[in-house]
Amino acid sequence: MAAVTPEVLTSTHVEKMKKKKLPKRYWEETEKTDQSQRRPEEEQGKAGQNQNKSTVKEKSLKRKNGESLEKKDPFPGEAPIPQKQLQKFQRGKKCKVPAGARERLKEAIAISEAMSEHAQKQAARYDLLLPEDAGFLEGDEDEDTNTISQADIADAVDITSGSKYFNLHLSQFGPYRLDYSRTGRNLLVGGKKGHVACIDWQTKDLKCEMNVMETVNDVKWLHTEAMFAVAQKRWLYIYDSKGVELHCVKKFNDVLRMQFLPYHFLLATASATGFLQYLDVSIGKEVAAICTKMGRLDVMAQNPHNAVIHLGHPNGTVSLWSPNQKESLVKMLCHRGAVRSLAVDKTGTYMVTSGLDRKLKVYDIRAFKPLHSCFLPAGASCLSLSQRGLLSAATGEIVQVYQNVLGSNPVSKPYMAHRLRGQIWGLAYCPFEDVLGIGHGEGFTSMIVPGAGEPNFDALDTNPYRSHKQRQEWEVKALLEKVQPELIGLDPGQLSKVDQASFEQRHKEQIEALGFDPLAKDKFKPRTKKKGRSSAGAIEKRKRKVAHEDQRVFLSLSLLSLFAIISHCSYYRHDDASHRRCNIFKQSD
Amino acid sequence: MQNENLVQISFFNQLMLVHPRKKQNERSEASVQVSEYFVNAEGTGDKVNLSDLLGTVEKTSGASNKTKKQLRNLQSSKETLELPLNKQQTEKIQRGIAYEKTTAEVSCWKNIILQNQKAEQMVFPLNQESSGPKRVEQVVAGWKVQTPLEQEIFRLLHGSRQPVNDPVLTPVEEQSLKAMSLEEAKIRRAELQKARALQSYYEAKAKREKKIKSKKYHKVQNKAKRKDFLKQFDEMVKTNPEGALEELKKMELSRMEERMSLKHQNSGKWAKSKAIMAKYDDSARKAMQEQLQMNKDLTQKMVVPSDDEHESIEEGLETVPDFVNDPETVIDPVNPWMRGQLTHEEPEVSCVTAEEVQTAEEENEEEEIIGEFERKRKLRQADEEDLIPTEEERKKTQEEDEDEEEDVSEFNTLFRLMRSEKTREGSNQTRGGLNTAGEEDEEGLLSEGQIRVRSIEDLEVLDEVVEPRAIEEPSAPQTAAAEATSEPPHKKKREINLKEVLTKEAKAVRLPFLPTVVDEEERDEQISIIKEAFAGDDVISDFIKDKSRQEAAGRPAVVDLTLPGWGEWGGVGLKPPRWKRKRFRIKTAPPPPRQDQKLPDVIISEKRTASVASHQVSQLPFPFQNTAQFESSIRTPIGSTWNTQTVVKNMTKPKVVTKLGAIIEPMVKEDFIKSKTTAAGGKGAAIMLGENRRAKEGTKRTKILALTELPTA
Repeated sequence: MAAVTPEVLTSTHVEKMKKKKLPKRYWEETEKTDQSQRRPEEEQGKAGQNQNKSTVKEKSLKRKNGESLEKKDPFPGEAPIPQKQLQKFQRGKKCKVPAGARERLKEAIAISEAMSEHAQKQAARYDLLLPEDAGFLEGDEDEDTNTISQADIADAVDITSGSKYFNLHLSQFGPYRLDYSRTGRNLLVGGKKGHVACIDWQTKDLKCEMNVMETVNDVKWLHTEAMFAVAQKRWLYIYDSKGVELHCVKKFNDVLRMQFLPYHFLLATASATGFLQYLDVSIGKEVAAICTKMGRLDVMAQNPHNAVIHLGHPNGTVSLWSPNQKESLVKMLCHRGAVRSLAVDKTGTYMVTSGLDRKLKVYDIRAFKPLHSCFLPAGASCLSLSQRGLLSAATGEIVQVYQNVLGSNPVSKPYMAHRLRGQIWGLAYCPFEDVLGIGHGEGFTSMIVPGAGEPNFDALDTNPYRSHKQRQEWEVKALLEKVQPELIGLDPGQLSKVDQASFEQRHKEQIEALGFDPLAKDKFKPRTKKKGRSSAGAIEKRKRKVAHEDQRVFLSLSLLSLFAIISHCSYYRHDDASHRRCNIFKQSD
Repeated sequence: MQNENLVQISFFNQLMLVHPRKKQNERSEASVQVSEYFVNAEGTGDKVNLSDLLGTVEKTSGASNKTKKQLRNLQSSKETLELPLNKQQTEKIQRGIAYEKTTAEVSCWKNIILQNQKAEQMVFPLNQESSGPKRVEQVVAGWKVQTPLEQEIFRLLHGSRQPVNDPVLTPVEEQSLKAMSLEEAKIRRAELQKARALQSYYEAKAKREKKIKSKKYHKVQNKAKRKDFLKQFDEMVKTNPEGALEELKKMELSRMEERMSLKHQNSGKWAKSKAIMAKYDDSARKAMQEQLQMNKDLTQKMVVPSDDEHESIEEGLETVPDFVNDPETVIDPVNPWMRGQLTHEEPEVSCVTAEEVQTAEEENEEEEIIGEFERKRKLRQADEEDLIPTEEERKKTQEEDEDEEEDVSEFNTLFRLMRSEKTREGSNQTRGGLNTAGEEDEEGLLSEGQIRVRSIEDLEVLDEVVEPRAIEEPSAPQTAAAEATSEPPHKKKREINLKEVLTKEAKAVRLPFLPTVVDEEERDEQISIIKEAFAGDDVISDFIKDKSRQEAAGRPAVVDLTLPGWGEWGGVGLKPPRWKRKRFRIKTAPPPPRQDQKLPDVIISEKRTASVASHQVSQLPFPFQNTAQFESSIRTPIGSTWNTQTVVKNMTKPKVVTKLGAIIEPMVKEDFIKSKTTAAGGKGAAIMLGENRRAKEGTKRTKILALTELPTA
């Protein structure tokens, strides 16, 4: 085929020279090749034998084309979209119209399919508006990237990027926990000994700094940069960005770790008493308080995909929680020792855990299956996953960054490494930046990790460059789009599924939720009659006339339960049993 | 009325039906007065037989042979006629026919209704006319002249060849009109709005000012206006000569008017009284003077400052102004007759105080616009009045003036008496004028701000001032550069410190960095160590226990309905027999397999999350046959978080769009028929329509009140 096309082209050129001069269009060539491609067998067969014939054919064909081309759109129809991009925006499977479907059903399916296809295409088309690529670090030949020091990187890159590597020497109140705001502009650090500061870390503009004069267990930004929560020795406090104490939430005591669920406006806290609590920061209400009965909870992570909270326990298990269920959704045995740290992938596919058994394990949390595990000699005290899937692990005083951990290929050597002084207490990647923040005993270190951050941000969701006004607008919109805590579950798409529970089950749930049976029949209430026929005795008589109906229902219900009770008893006497039965019947009367 | 009559007639008929036997028998006896209402005929109740008619038919020549033959045949035939169908049956047949008719009539709506039901979006009103005002001829199109008055008017219009029915605008123009974009329209609207608002402000202001009774205020105002006008006029001469000419004309006119009238001539009652008081009262004198001045100003002849003249004037200014040599002006600047050419003088300039200047400046902008309005008004008035006096008139007025001179002679004597004082004042004024001029000069200097370079020395001085800046400016980048250069060293210094720490340790650490994956032997060792460490708490067995407990809880319990002691001996330690257990222990169906059945180290809760259920769809919506179909139909989110703007708009567009305030007329048959024919093109009509009733009945329309409801017959 490849041999044919140039031949065809040359012949056309010859023809052109002879014939009148038509202005050559750049699309004619492609058209011609298309023509030739359309029937390659024919051309191949004829090409060798009789060129003249083919040229004649081409001539006629060309003339036709020439005539039609002047009027025709050179690129008819829509611009094609690459299959890969289309696949990226595929949502679920297409529904096929069943064979014997009615007209209405056919139409409904056709409309919905057309609409979803349109949406998919448009999204794929607009994908080219995300032009940024992630960075990376590449060593020379025979040079491991993990030997490259931060200082070298800072020197090599441009000034602004270089300035992202810095140290804050805060040896007095360490070790430090840290948290980046969702936009990645602001950094919140909290020292164990009470030092709390929030910084616009890119401009190094200190917004507030204070000492709460108490142990600080954890710090967390709330939905905006205007508020943050500090888990102090006893209570949970909420401060504004200027360090003014807004709330002291006394319902939340002994909090050790916190997670903020941004789309639900929920602050989840794990306490030393084993309670997992949810605070709705938009209305200031405690949504749920769950007693996990698992002891001290000092390992916590959230799944950004479905807002499920992961807790690590001293017995080596990791449990998954939602505010809607008093028991854990899933409990998985991950380590033989206590779980030291947890991190969940942005897509909610992978979970990385590290335990006291000095193992690092990667789980697929859709299937709850371990993908691979590796042994770290020092063990990882802190774990963090970046937006692009880089894993950082604090092993002793060294922070190691691993690449391509989330997948089937096993963990090999680290991508980067950085040694610090003092114990590492907190690790967090800065969103939309190639920066890893490390809180340690000697203060805070901002480390450059090329390729860590997501290069394209959704300006309507988290815009690092948003103005004050935009932030306000975003806040209102986010509040309007707040997801209710009832919708948290393992499957975030649960809402779009039909509830197939039976009527009885739903009725039972309804009774549980309401505290009474909405469909219950009212008890018989005799009508009041006149002329002395509504005396107490008369009423009682009338009641007795219908009493057997209620009794029948009650009996049929109680019989089952009664026998269930009886069957559980190991031994009993006949008399006793009959006596008890009588008692029950009496009660029912 | 007709209806009433109909009702009456029907009522009468009914009466007749009720009493068929009772016939009104007319009197047949002879009377003097014969009623015209009752024709008395003999044999009224008798039946007419066919044979009676036949006889006459035979006789009449006009009847055709065929009918005659038929009649004869009829007469001869002995067969009895068939009985007509009974009432019920005829009615049934009629109903059937009526039903068919109506179904045919109504079924033509079926397609359009289905189509509308299926439509993704309906826009009402259906046949939308273009918004915006209609042109007269569009409105008038269906209207015809009826009354004689209208006819008269039309005839007149036709006579003058005014456009009546013909479209004033060509289709192209119409299109261009329509094509005025929204933005343009908006801008235009905003402009109009602003203009209107401004006008209202000015009107309000003018009203307010008009109410002010202070004469002084008005005087000042007028002066300011005049001054302003002069200024404008000067500008106008340069920029808009035509406009200036017009203005000149106007001024000429006002001069004429002034000369015609006795205003400002100090000849009125007021002036005379003032003249008496002038001896003693300084202010009275002043007022009179001002009056005269006004007159003088107004009656001054405007000299058009042509370019040549302008130049010559400028030349003159260079040497010595003419009026300096003129003694009269110095002596009496007030006396109009003593003056020569005074067009270039602006005596008011000196008189205007600082306050006035301020107020004038404040009101400049507003007055400009007011002035424009007023000018236009004046122009209009002038046009309307058409009061341009001719040459003769002017001469007359001059003569009259001369006549009046005698009358004013008294005043003149007074005037001469005052002259000495005036000269003093005049000198004062001129001095004041000079002063103000000097001040202005000073102000000019002040306002200049920057030093103007005049000589080389100045330049040198300037250099001294400027150079340091020039030196400074390049120094800034230098320093910046120095900082930039100094910063990296500084930075490096800092980082070197770190580096020293880092590199030293990094080298030491480099080896421990790498062996993350440990050899198997080591691993075994580690495992054994861990085993030792966690020997006390057996994590795994605990977990397995927990899991089995959960599984047990999930399994449904066996219902045991055995009644111990029933039909047998009861007592301690007795077990129900096997047959009883077999028969009365009911095993429920096993639950579906647990999700974590094949995952030994995972416990997945089997509890149903009831919280989501309240938000879920619990019943399958209509057209869908199974849940998979429905779920796939809602699998694409419609929010803007997941979709592009256009898609969101498309997905969430409303089913019905109505225009605010527009009347939604019921659908008319013609609408969809027309649309169908235009849409279908050459295709034949798919549905048979009944006869076009509308054509017959004129204005009567068949309507459908609601689209889904079929009109019943």
